[in-house]
Amino acid sequence: MPLIKHGAEIANDWTFVPDGAVLPETGKVSVSLARFLALKRGQENGPLPDGVRLGPADDPAELEPYLPELQLIEVDFPKYTDGRGYSQAQLLRRRFGYAGELRAVGHVLRDQVFYMHRSGFDAYETRRATVSEVTEALAELTVAYQPAASGPRVAFRKRHGA
Amino acid sequence: MYRYDQFDARLVAERVEQFRGQVARRLAGTLTEDEFKPLRLQNGVYLQLHAYMLRIAIPYGQLSPRQLRRLGEIARDYDRGFGHFTTRQNIQFNWVALKDIPEVLEKLAEVEMHAIQTSGNCIRNTTTDHFAGAAQDELLDPRPWCEIIRQWSTFHPEFAFLPRKFKIAVTAAEHDRAAIRVHDVGLHIRERNGEVGFEVWVGGGQGRTPVIATLVNAFVPERQILDYLEASMRVYNRYGRRDNKYKARIKILVTELGEAEYIRQVEEEFAAQREGEKIDLPRAEIDRIHSYFTPPALAAKLAVSKHFESAKVADPAFARWARVNLHPHKAAGYTSVTVSLKPQGIAPGDATDTQMELVADLAEQLGHGDIRVSHAQNLILPHVALDDVPELYKALDAAGLGAANESRITDMIVCPGLDFCNLANARSIPVAQAVQAVFADPAYEEDIGKLHINVSGCINACGHHHVGHIGILGVDKKGEEFYQILLGGRADEKAALGEIVGPGLRAEDVPGAIHRVVEYYRAQRTSPDEKFIDALERIGHQPFQEALYAAD
Repeated sequence: MPLIKHGAEIANDWTFVPDGAVLPETGKVSVSLARFLALKRGQENGPLPDGVRLGPADDPAELEPYLPELQLIEVDFPKYTDGRGYSQAQLLRRRFGYAGELRAVGHVLRDQVFYMHRSGFDAYETRRATVSEVTEALAELTVAYQPAASGPRVAFRKRHGA
Repeated sequence: MYRYDQFDARLVAERVEQFRGQVARRLAGTLTEDEFKPLRLQNGVYLQLHAYMLRIAIPYGQLSPRQLRRLGEIARDYDRGFGHFTTRQNIQFNWVALKDIPEVLEKLAEVEMHAIQTSGNCIRNTTTDHFAGAAQDELLDPRPWCEIIRQWSTFHPEFAFLPRKFKIAVTAAEHDRAAIRVHDVGLHIRERNGEVGFEVWVGGGQGRTPVIATLVNAFVPERQILDYLEASMRVYNRYGRRDNKYKARIKILVTELGEAEYIRQVEEEFAAQREGEKIDLPRAEIDRIHSYFTPPALAAKLAVSKHFESAKVADPAFARWARVNLHPHKAAGYTSVTVSLKPQGIAPGDATDTQMELVADLAEQLGHGDIRVSHAQNLILPHVALDDVPELYKALDAAGLGAANESRITDMIVCPGLDFCNLANARSIPVAQAVQAVFADPAYEEDIGKLHINVSGCINACGHHHVGHIGILGVDKKGEEFYQILLGGRADEKAALGEIVGPGLRAEDVPGAIHRVVEYYRAQRTSPDEKFIDALERIGHQPFQEALYAAD
């Protein structure tokens, strides 16, 4: 699956390790929120990963204390129609100030990346969209009516020169 | 009315191009129908029984003559010469070819219109009082706030894939003509110590599980309302059910959590918003939007128009129409006129291309260029001088638009039903027309007084049968259409859900049954001033139910 970040296709050097599978000692690894918290709290022993993958029902507030140490948060969209990941992204970026990579994974399609970008995602692991399609999708709408994590400056600020 | 500035115009133009690309990819086969579906739905394109249907947004139901003319033109050039006004104050065309839709959207963009978010699991067209800005009983004009909400909700990145569709209605009058208590969010504009704010109702709705909304907050100051809406919707987006589309509306979340818990979660989310998350709409922007809605310059008139009074004396049909279809205006000597789209024998809410053009012309000549669509599927000219009403009536009546039935028994809300819709179980339009025929005598209808009949062809309730004083619900029983009758619903400030009275009736028995109920009411009312719904509430449903099932 192509991984697209900042307008270019990049190599994916991260591995998601499912719950129950052995954690490698080295390398870039993401795990589920539950496993990350268990490792943090010493309920499970093992190397501490730098990446977390959120499922749609996960509460990003649980990650807030650990955000400065995380390099990657993946938000899983099991179906493109499940919009919970947009709220998770807005919370991570706007409320908790997360500055690392925020990657949409799962059922990520060309026509959702505009909303994802505005919600704060900066990387997309897509099923089959190409770099040019993603770039094109991000450029389709250049006006924003409401503040969000990213994207064009909101129209009501531009209107009043602020 | 609101006019696009460069930002609004650019966004709508970009949207047309975006959708053109999506249609091209669909027609080329690179987008599957399944992937295309949410994209076309968010642009109002449905796949119906016979063809694609295009639903066009009419924000809070307001149209300029130029816009209505353009809709007439689209009806003629791309449909079969008519359009259908909806209960969301929108219009839909049932016979537009998919390949033509980008072109239609371009023609709409030229007159500052679009089809954005008229369908799909996103925030839909915000609706309001169709007499907004004209009604005597309003606190202030709700349209500026509807426009603010329209902009805020357009392409909102967080709320484009909600569990289910989301409808917001706003009123500023004590008598609620916007049905706010049967909306996902209903807002009632209030004033407290000189400050404008909103009463926030959440979780009302119709459909399979009708619910009257919960009062979530009695006063949210205007500067905070968008933040409060974001908090209310974020709780819904995160915790609303997604496992079953029939349990996915916000009303189910509120019911399952319990009112108190839902309110607690919204208040917690609202309180958690940090400074940088606040929308903080500048006062200058609030004022800018309000400036588009200054009242029209109405020449001073006497409260009584001699011309109007003598026309009534001369023509009893006009006098009746004037008694029924006019609504009190703020300004002396003016009135708000309902142009009924419910004449006998027409699909309720339908208008032809030439009718649309005529109403546009009349609005320009006699109506200060303002037209509204009501959620009851009629057109309104909100600002007409009483002096001009006789001339207006003549022109309307000559075009088949002179029905004197506003809020009367033949002014029914009716969904398209099995004739058009692939969700329906039964036909709605023919049964509505059969009921209309019973009350075809205008004098009889006027004597009955205000009475709302709402008809839906299935339990999805697009015809609002739950909140009709009399509701008619089409059901399918082993391949045969039956109609269940409900009594006692209402959508106003005393919102209530109708109750099913008993076994369903065959289509041919519905008109007679309704007639018996109406006759029972006429016999029992304390005076002609006691409305059907008030008599029903005073007497109780039982005798009405007996009348309904009594043999002739």
